[in-house]
Amino acid sequence: MLVSKVKRWLTALAGTALLANAGGAAAEWKLNLRQGVTSISQEAYDLHMLILWICVAIGVVVFGAMFISIIKHRKSKGAKPATFHESTSVEIVWTVVPFLILIGMAIPATKALIAIEDTSNSDLSIKVTGYQWKWGYDYLGEGVSFISTLTTPKEQILNQQDKGENYLLEVDNPVVVPINKKVRLLITANDVLHAWWVPDLGMKRDAIPGFVNEMWFNIEKEGTYRGQCAELCGKDHGFMPIVVVAKNEADYQQWLTDQKAAMDADAAGADRDWSMAELMERGEKAYNTNCAACHQANGEGLKAAGFPGLKGSPLATGPMDAHLQMVMNGKPDTAMAAFGGQLNDIDIAAVVTYERNSWGNDTGDLIQPSEVKAAR
Amino acid sequence: MSTATTHDTHHEEHPRGLLRWVFTTNHKDIGTLYLIFALAMFFVGGAMAMIIRAELFQPGLQFVDPQFFNSMTTMHALIMVFGAVMPGFVGLANWLVPMMIGAPDMALPRMNNWSFWILPFAGIMLLGTLFMEGGAPAGGWTMYPPLILQTGDAFPYLIFSVHLLGISSIMGAINIVVTIVNMRAPGMTMMKMPLFVWTWLITAYLLIAVMPVFAGAVTMLLTDQYFGTSFFSAAGGGDPVMFQHIFWFFGHPEVYIMILPAFGVVSQIIPTFARKRLFGYSSMVYATASIAFLSFIVWAHHMFTVGMPLTGELFFMYATMLIAVPTGVKVFNWVSTMWKGSMTFETPMLFALAFVVLFTIGGFSGLMMAITPVDFQYHDTYFIVAHFHYTLVTGSVFTLFAAAYYWLPKWTGNMYDEKLGKLHFWLSAIFVNVLFFPQHFLGLAGMPRRIPDYSTQFAEFNMMSSLGGFAFGLTQLLFVYIVIKTVRGGSKATDKVWEGAEGLEWTLPSPPPYHSFTTAPEVK
Amino acid sequence: MTASTGSNPKLVKRLLLIVVGMFGFGFAMVPLYDVFCDITGINGKTGGRVAIAAVIEPDLDRTVMVEFIANVNQSMPWDFTPVVSRMEVHPGKMYRTSFHAKNRTDRTMVGQAIPSVTPGLAARHFKKTECFCFTEQQFLAGEGRDMPLLFMLDPELPEEIEVVTLSYTFFDKHKAIN
Repeated sequence: MLVSKVKRWLTALAGTALLANAGGAAAEWKLNLRQGVTSISQEAYDLHMLILWICVAIGVVVFGAMFISIIKHRKSKGAKPATFHESTSVEIVWTVVPFLILIGMAIPATKALIAIEDTSNSDLSIKVTGYQWKWGYDYLGEGVSFISTLTTPKEQILNQQDKGENYLLEVDNPVVVPINKKVRLLITANDVLHAWWVPDLGMKRDAIPGFVNEMWFNIEKEGTYRGQCAELCGKDHGFMPIVVVAKNEADYQQWLTDQKAAMDADAAGADRDWSMAELMERGEKAYNTNCAACHQANGEGLKAAGFPGLKGSPLATGPMDAHLQMVMNGKPDTAMAAFGGQLNDIDIAAVVTYERNSWGNDTGDLIQPSEVKAAR
Repeated sequence: MSTATTHDTHHEEHPRGLLRWVFTTNHKDIGTLYLIFALAMFFVGGAMAMIIRAELFQPGLQFVDPQFFNSMTTMHALIMVFGAVMPGFVGLANWLVPMMIGAPDMALPRMNNWSFWILPFAGIMLLGTLFMEGGAPAGGWTMYPPLILQTGDAFPYLIFSVHLLGISSIMGAINIVVTIVNMRAPGMTMMKMPLFVWTWLITAYLLIAVMPVFAGAVTMLLTDQYFGTSFFSAAGGGDPVMFQHIFWFFGHPEVYIMILPAFGVVSQIIPTFARKRLFGYSSMVYATASIAFLSFIVWAHHMFTVGMPLTGELFFMYATMLIAVPTGVKVFNWVSTMWKGSMTFETPMLFALAFVVLFTIGGFSGLMMAITPVDFQYHDTYFIVAHFHYTLVTGSVFTLFAAAYYWLPKWTGNMYDEKLGKLHFWLSAIFVNVLFFPQHFLGLAGMPRRIPDYSTQFAEFNMMSSLGGFAFGLTQLLFVYIVIKTVRGGSKATDKVWEGAEGLEWTLPSPPPYHSFTTAPEVK
Repeated sequence: MTASTGSNPKLVKRLLLIVVGMFGFGFAMVPLYDVFCDITGINGKTGGRVAIAAVIEPDLDRTVMVEFIANVNQSMPWDFTPVVSRMEVHPGKMYRTSFHAKNRTDRTMVGQAIPSVTPGLAARHFKKTECFCFTEQQFLAGEGRDMPLLFMLDPELPEEIEVVTLSYTFFDKHKAIN
């Protein structure tokens, strides 16, 4: 009878497995913890396997004894109950033995933990700031800083388009780091708690507003590594991924140079005059990355959630100065953040221009980056 | 007060109809109310889980928006913890503690009435937030600031309902302690008490110790939001992490509040169906007490990633690992109880056996995440979700089912339908594993918890988990049918009900008289 | 029924006392936590207090890198940057540096800077004798100014610490109070 039940169980399991398998394409059945690409992730993996096997061994013994007893010591087989109900020596054994096993686990765990918490002698420090719902990175001492946001199109999320290979795990500006260098992250947050986590790097740490947390990693292999925010941070918690690109030293230096050049170009670009077409093009991009989550791509906002529309709004069609102030400095006590600290002059000029000339807003106004610069 | 009744007839004078339930001070009536409330909340919370699993059935956003999804995870947890599991065990305590220790009723019957009737109001207030401007609380049941302070109009209602739930639990716990300490029949010494009574005594002390701390923590949230204090705001010299410390100082004992009575139930059921005395009674009592003690010094293992000093992390890692010792002792004792017994496998026993296996699996994953360096990987992933559902669903909820089947014949005087009971067990046991086991894999592969949408690599296991979830949810309707059928009739149960049953409650008729023991039995 | 029934009120009172006591304990955890933080350096809390400027022999053989980071909370519309981003210092010697802040808005605003030091163990060895974080800072519309910081690293700073990071986060006081 029991055997038939076990059979039924297995068939049911296999059934669901098949069903699930049929549902998804390119099934990659990852069952275990990722080994990752750093010494920390490798150590975590080794510890994980050690404890897992110890648990399996204990499980085999305990469940084994239990199933033997279920099979043999059953009334239907005429088993008569024994009368023993205590044994001090046995009790002592199964208190002491697990304790010793635990000590055996604690020793390697302690070693690993000490190594993880040692952030000294780092080669590079990056400040990471969690925002609702994006990440900001500052390369300390290099003057390179940028915001990193999700690039997966809304259409893919809403199932109107096929999902891409890195669905929800792709960003506009990945963090680039050199391989074989100890990179130290200084993690903080702008609004609520977040947590920075890339599984392949073997470590996560909370981002706490007002406080700075540390963690480090040393990537051994070039590649692109993806992770996500791991602490509930509100509506779009699931939509603020992390992408780390590890490059060799030369490529990394090249990237740094390019970044600086791009920032310089932007700084220089702020002084020249931009055409309407240029600003509209750049503005659409900046709007979709920074504004569309609340005000929506069609400019109509989300009335139910309290996000006002910009289409035909007095702000986006009225005096330009108030509009610029709003974008740069936000509105106190609302979700409208101050973008002056996050966006450069060109992007702010572009966004304002875009908002004043889209969705039927036809003010024809054009604001130059140099005017934004002057307003700062 | 508790000895006001002197009749030993079954026909007491008490109001009939609805008023009987509103004004009742009888431990059986109140126990029934608690159990019905818990079952109702189990389905409300379960419906929310179905919404969560439906949204996670496939990648992409299909049914709900992310904010509502967060409300669902938050409310599901609050309802299940405070509405289903805790009241479920309080209901059992109400029914069983007086019958097990040879008392006529609970020590404080009027307070008993209040502690139940606060619950529906707290529950309605909490559920009412679903219809408020800004939506139901969506900051997680852990209510971490600053996020929870972004809750809309629902915020004060959330805090007040938590206060009410806390007051109800505290009153219930005081009543249980007083009953156990003062109302035992002559000869019922502490070390002769059934283990269910022991585990509830310890649980009640835990409740009395930590519910007020929790009330304090949410009060601080309230004053931070409305009265300008800054306990948890860095701007005023506070610290958001401090909330997590206070919360988990409550939260970890709370976890044991939900599992210790389950240990007690299993320790009653296994000896009955193994027809053999519980192995190592006194070590069971000591193990329970040590688990309760340890629960006060391990809280920070819920927050290893906040950035504690190394010494702190080491302390909490070692203390957490230690819990494995008394928990192991309990499992070994249960297995030894079965060893060389004469076992039969009625529905309560099946649930109890599944508990031993599946709870132990939850215990193993708990041990794994005690190891701080690896917990940095597990933390806030589906591995954690899998872990605590193994301990809470196959742990606490399975034991509540086991207890219901075990004592239902005593409570109603009718046997439940054994065939249907077994069907309920097997469907539950299979689907709960289809539901939660794949979540281990998801977590290890890197899927964070509390996300409404996920990358395509997680699709297969999420779909499997959702299917298991729907099936598990549907299966529970069967339980309601079985219970209603049993209450309505069925073959008459004997007083002893189970061949191997031991204990005072089995010396009473089935169903037992309105007041359990009007003359105290003599315990030898 | 049982002989001990009479002691119910007494036991209830005792249990209620535990309840009240534990409610108080929840609040007592606030100052306890601060003490605990001071000792262990959780979150790198350095306290907003003036350190007593004792005269200490500087340890000229040892050099520690001090990094400065500036943040604004909730995208507060202020520019806030350290004037120098890193300094090499000798423990026991007093140093002066400054941070620059500017209120970009057209209204007067009040901010409070919150310090945080990492690694946490360095927090209580970071002594500040003059700091803009001790008091609230009021900035008129469009006002920008340098704010000084006078600090010293305690020579008892654990040997293995070579880099200390001091971070300030400006919070909008109006927002914090609501």
